[in-house]
Amino acid sequence: MTVVSDRTVDLREPGGWRRSKNRIATFVMWFAFVATLVPLVFVLYTVISKGIGAISWQFLSGSPIPPNIMPLGVGGMGPAVVGTLIITGFAALIAIPLGVLGAVYINEYGGKGWLAKFIAFMADVMTGVPSIVMGLFIFTIWVLHFGYSGLAGSFALACLMLPIVIRSTYEMLLLVPNQLREASYALGATKSRVTLTVVLPAAVGGIVSGALLAVARAAGETAPLFFTILTVEATNSNLFSGANTALSTQIFVNAQSPYVGAEARAWGAALTLVVISFLLMIIARVVTARFTKYTR
Amino acid sequence: MSAVTKADPATPAGSARPLSKARPLGDRAFALLALVAGLLVLVILVLIVVSTAQQSTSWFSTAGWSGIFSTVWNPATNQFGAMAFLFGTVIASLIAIIISVPVSVSIALLLTEVVPRRWSQPIVYVVDLLAVVPSVVWGLWGIIVFVPWVAPIYASIASGVKGIPVLDNLFGTPTAGASFFTAGLILAVMITPIITSLSREVIATVPQTDKEGAYALGATRWEMIRGAVWPHSQGGVVGAILVGLGRAMGETIAVALVMGSSAEVTSHLFAPGYAIAGVIVNQFPEASGEFRAALIGLGLLLFVITILINLTARGFVERSARRMRGTS
Repeated sequence: MTVVSDRTVDLREPGGWRRSKNRIATFVMWFAFVATLVPLVFVLYTVISKGIGAISWQFLSGSPIPPNIMPLGVGGMGPAVVGTLIITGFAALIAIPLGVLGAVYINEYGGKGWLAKFIAFMADVMTGVPSIVMGLFIFTIWVLHFGYSGLAGSFALACLMLPIVIRSTYEMLLLVPNQLREASYALGATKSRVTLTVVLPAAVGGIVSGALLAVARAAGETAPLFFTILTVEATNSNLFSGANTALSTQIFVNAQSPYVGAEARAWGAALTLVVISFLLMIIARVVTARFTKYTR
Repeated sequence: MSAVTKADPATPAGSARPLSKARPLGDRAFALLALVAGLLVLVILVLIVVSTAQQSTSWFSTAGWSGIFSTVWNPATNQFGAMAFLFGTVIASLIAIIISVPVSVSIALLLTEVVPRRWSQPIVYVVDLLAVVPSVVWGLWGIIVFVPWVAPIYASIASGVKGIPVLDNLFGTPTAGASFFTAGLILAVMITPIITSLSREVIATVPQTDKEGAYALGATRWEMIRGAVWPHSQGGVVGAILVGLGRAMGETIAVALVMGSSAEVTSHLFAPGYAIAGVIVNQFPEASGEFRAALIGLGLLLFVITILINLTARGFVERSARRMRGTS
């Protein structure tokens, strides 16, 4: 009889180098995550610690924005806060309905046709168009003819948001079960009625949260506004005429200034902008958690 | 077998009047509205090309190919060569990709293969926060905090590699805090969320049976990733990387602030450079005539490059998605 070697084989865990390699790989993955936390914590800490000193009611609402050489405490960022809110708000008003309709076309009407597929593909590609190009585009097509205005800024931001809204809405519409549509057709509803009263309400949570994320991204954009609204110091609450200003462009201008007051204003404006963006994102997350009915 | 009589759809049983075949006006109007909204995407993309090309023709016609791709940029003498900016954009983006890709793919693997589901969502939120911090805030932080902090580090690295052949060319003097490398580092942070989320989507489509098969053969988790996950998701991850590259090249404000604004073609990564988007933003306010045409032309150049990159990227993703459907 041949004696089979009596070494025991541990089937539970691989040993030696294979095991170490596995451990190293897992460690590297965790390390990568921690490594991304470093710049995030660093930048948030700086923005909060340097910005908090500047924030006051006077800073958020005071007007006009003082010249660079003025110390903190003179005037305020009021014009920029107003500009950011109305320009981003109007951009959302343009882009969200159009984006949702576009996604409705792709998913509900275009179906498997080549045009719907092509539009979906190009919307994906359009999310990669640099924001500065959108600014130049609106500059050449609008500002050259009608002058700088908040409206031009809204157009540029809307161009940026449109493909993002289309994409997120489209993904949400895909998740709505077909039985819902079929049930409504069986009751004799027309297609538009099915879409408006059954499909869109079923997907509303995801659509709203996708739209809010798009708004959060647009609110922080600088490059598209830089070419479309100019950067003025006085409040201009008229969206449709006259140059305007926004928090992001103010940060950009003040960041390049050597004066202490300008730098402090830049940090204050940065903190305000970060808070606005984060609030929008948190609301979007809450909406996702509370109101989405269908998930992957 | 009983005969099935086909009901006439126009006159269903029990219906008082025949259903009309014509769709109501409102229904058709809504369909048309949706179509118009969808077509808007194509219209905008075409208009971007047409309007920017129209505004920059004078640059293209007077400078010619050799002028456009020369390294001389001098508005005073009407010489507008884009080469130095093209170089700056490409180098900074490549640095960003080299740093960001290993990190992003690692996080994507961590999220899909290592942590349990209820832990992956918070990690996704945290990584996405990097994308929510506006570009201009990264730029402000970069120029006021990061650039002065990193400048002495560059200087000591430069003195350390002095005399070593290749390294001296890449990391030697001259050094400045605002440089190709600083721009690359900040871009790397900014594009990590997008590469992570796209790779995660791709990796999540790897069939569970393949992974279980690998484990059943006694593979460790790492061997499973190498053997089952990686071959399936390779193409899609390349697509994700290209999307990240496109983002990095188009990123404007942060780069404009931290890259040093010096139009140079050099092998020194710690030296100041200039990117396409940066020069447009910095010089646009005082530009007019052919100067402005050249800047808008640079924008068109950037648009064409990023569109080509994104088209290729989507091609990769589509192809890997199709192969996935084939196997499952």
